[in-house]
Amino acid sequence: MSDFLMMAITTTMVMYMLAMGLGLMRLLRGPSAQDRVLAVDFLYVVGMLVMLVLAIRYDSDMYFEGALLMVLFGFVGSVALAKFLLRGEVIE
Amino acid sequence: MNLPPWTEILVALLLLASGVVVLVAALGLWRLPDFFSRMHAPALASTLGAWIVTFASIVHFTSHAEEGALALHVWLIIIVLSITAPVTTIVLARAALFRRRQAGDPLPPPLAGRR
Repeated sequence: MSDFLMMAITTTMVMYMLAMGLGLMRLLRGPSAQDRVLAVDFLYVVGMLVMLVLAIRYDSDMYFEGALLMVLFGFVGSVALAKFLLRGEVIE
Repeated sequence: MNLPPWTEILVALLLLASGVVVLVAALGLWRLPDFFSRMHAPALASTLGAWIVTFASIVHFTSHAEEGALALHVWLIIIVLSITAPVTTIVLARAALFRRRQAGDPLPPPLAGRR
């Protein structure tokens, strides 16, 4: 793995970290509940991208399955939270 | 299928592009004034950002695989994401509309042509 790719991976990780920081600020700031759900969904997506970049960094296939699970859990969590905001309960 | 060494440069450039895209999405999520305009920003990360990282991953794992193997398993994430992201967005938008209507806040104007 060349130095250029290593440097690019580090830079990408720093950019993801900044993005997650901004998402976390939106999560803490609000102002409404749906803003927080949106921020959680965004954090799930960026976390999944971090897993994919780590898969390239460590040259391993295992991270792919973690990323797939993060997509699925993020979907289920966001839809459940949105359904709760919509109806007051998740399963009717 | 051993690809030449320029694949590493291609992977690096794709990763940097995805970092920029995700950062723009986060800035949109943080800076845009209204919830309904904020909803548009994270779609950039879950579509363009995820696509670019998937391409980088395919190029990288294909160049490291043994002869003739095309590493396409990362496509699965794109397929799942392209099914789930619109569902999340629509359910969340309907929840936001419902909550605003309940609270008596001003709503965005309806689409043209709808009664």
